[in-house]
Amino acid sequence: MTAPLPPSFSGRLRELTSHRATWPLLALAVILVVDGFVAPGFFTIRIVEGRLFGSLIDILYRAVPTALVALGMAVVIGTKGIDLSVGSIIAVVGATIAWRIQEGDPHFVILLTALGVGLLCGLWNGFLVAVLDIQPIIATLILMVSGRGIGLMINLIYGGTNPSFTSPLLQGLSVGSIGLVPTRLIVFAAVFVALWLLIRRTALGLFVEAVGGNAAAADLAGVRSRLIKYSAYLISGLCAGWAGVILTADTHTSDPVSVALYIELDAILAVVIGGGSLAGGRIYLGMTVLGALVIQTLTTSILMSGLPPEYNLLVKAVVVLFVLLLQSNNARNAVLALVRRRKR
Amino acid sequence: MYKTFAAVFLGVSLAASGASAVTIGFSQVGDEGDWRPAFSKDMQEEAKKMGIDLKFADAQGKQEDQLKAVRAFIAQRVDAIVIAPVVVTGWDQVLKEAKRANIPVFLADRDVDVTDKSLYVTRISADFSLEGKLAGAWLAQASKGTCDVVELQGTVGSAPAIERKKGFEAVLSQFPGMKIVKTQSGDFTTEGGKKVMEAFIKATDNLKGICASFAHNDNMQLGAIQAMKEAGLKPGKDVLMVSVDYVPAMKAALAKGEANASVELRSAIGKYIYPVVTDYLKNPKELPKWIVIPSDLHVAAGN
Repeated sequence: MTAPLPPSFSGRLRELTSHRATWPLLALAVILVVDGFVAPGFFTIRIVEGRLFGSLIDILYRAVPTALVALGMAVVIGTKGIDLSVGSIIAVVGATIAWRIQEGDPHFVILLTALGVGLLCGLWNGFLVAVLDIQPIIATLILMVSGRGIGLMINLIYGGTNPSFTSPLLQGLSVGSIGLVPTRLIVFAAVFVALWLLIRRTALGLFVEAVGGNAAAADLAGVRSRLIKYSAYLISGLCAGWAGVILTADTHTSDPVSVALYIELDAILAVVIGGGSLAGGRIYLGMTVLGALVIQTLTTSILMSGLPPEYNLLVKAVVVLFVLLLQSNNARNAVLALVRRRKR
Repeated sequence: MYKTFAAVFLGVSLAASGASAVTIGFSQVGDEGDWRPAFSKDMQEEAKKMGIDLKFADAQGKQEDQLKAVRAFIAQRVDAIVIAPVVVTGWDQVLKEAKRANIPVFLADRDVDVTDKSLYVTRISADFSLEGKLAGAWLAQASKGTCDVVELQGTVGSAPAIERKKGFEAVLSQFPGMKIVKTQSGDFTTEGGKKVMEAFIKATDNLKGICASFAHNDNMQLGAIQAMKEAGLKPGKDVLMVSVDYVPAMKAALAKGEANASVELRSAIGKYIYPVVTDYLKNPKELPKWIVIPSDLHVAAGN
């Protein structure tokens, strides 16, 4: 037996380039560097109204709803499923909050009700997917299509259109701050840690990945795949519930038609940028948050840049394509091969 | 579709009961947002008041439903048809059918794009560009002609966003001291307006040197007001706030002095539409192709 050689530089480089966090981090760094040139003072952080204030804080602050939804999505995608209904769940949660506040419920009860509505939506999705065995994309499409209508109906219960409200508790959770730190970042950290413990410190994560990898094999191995799928949609519903609380309290109105429109697409994108595979079998929670940060950094950059709004979506598409190309082994190898041929 | 049939069925039964009254078929886009349901309700109430037999069909945002409704109106031989079109294209055929049946067609709200303009009598609607001009004119006098403006645009490519921007810029072009320094789309939503204003606040070092915020609708402006308050700014005082719609929440903001002016987009416009139709039925003569419903500017008490 020979002693293992000290890792060479190229070996280390290979190790680094093959680490899944490298490429999304690189993309994030590139976007931030561009921002530094485009928007002077982009990296300045000051204290305004007793809390941290600056574009970087904005990015973290605004990424929270997408990141929350993406965490739930990561678990669902881990089971080889997908949850298209998250935006609609947020709409229903928002309408419920506005309605219950109008009815005069105590606000901590409303918080619990709102999260309960998220869970209830997850229960519905889980029933369709795990019990009735409907394909996830269609099963969750049902709530995606109908949810915003349900939200409008709830608003109509008391005759409100875009009803607005005040709630010290809910607004405190969304736009308030504890010390210098925005409360929603703390809420997010708490949800993240709880989910991480649940996924990585119990067997649930392993079961989810087993079910996503091969549900039949997992079943034969004694994993109750239906139950695992069910719990994934519940987690997604609860995460969307939290996002709904934060988004609704942010503008303190219920606007079911447009709140969190297309958030499901950003969430799926965050999971994929984070290295998740739509074929299931993997969950990367931390990487998913990184993916959400890449997306929000891009969004904030576009808003800061002064670019005409007609180009917003185009710029976003080009940058996302760039990030995905960076992550693609095949694309990188093709570019490398091209460069080598040129040299010769 | 079900709704259309129901409306048509209801229409038939109504037509049987009120033989002498003027019968008008009204094909509405749908019931999205705050403004359109209010518009539909006003059309129905105003018809009742004026003794008009109204057949109302909701197209639920689909042009095919709207074409079906118009054809049903033609089959029932209504006296006139009012259309609030879902989209601008694809109207030539059905309008020709109406013309062949000698039923005059009026447009409400949005425009249509037809090769033969004689296929409809006239369009009766508010003028988005005029709304932008009114906002600009108010701002010009409030700022004495010197003002750096941040603009919250509506959904990119939508007619109100394009026209309000055009009208606003037309006024600004008359004042060398006035210009738009930042513009972004907030998609006509509170959430969008808030996000965009947050970014503007960072990009302009707490709106330093910014004298006004012009939003293409009130919802976005209400979001901008929240963002400014959270950044410790005083909207309505540090920065002049002018927008379009005059929704109830904006009335409250104007009363509190957090906004300065809002141009009203009227939803009670039946009283402008029906007289044009009934006058034309009594005395069919050439009308201008566009009849503009006036817009009002509402300002905060202290202004």
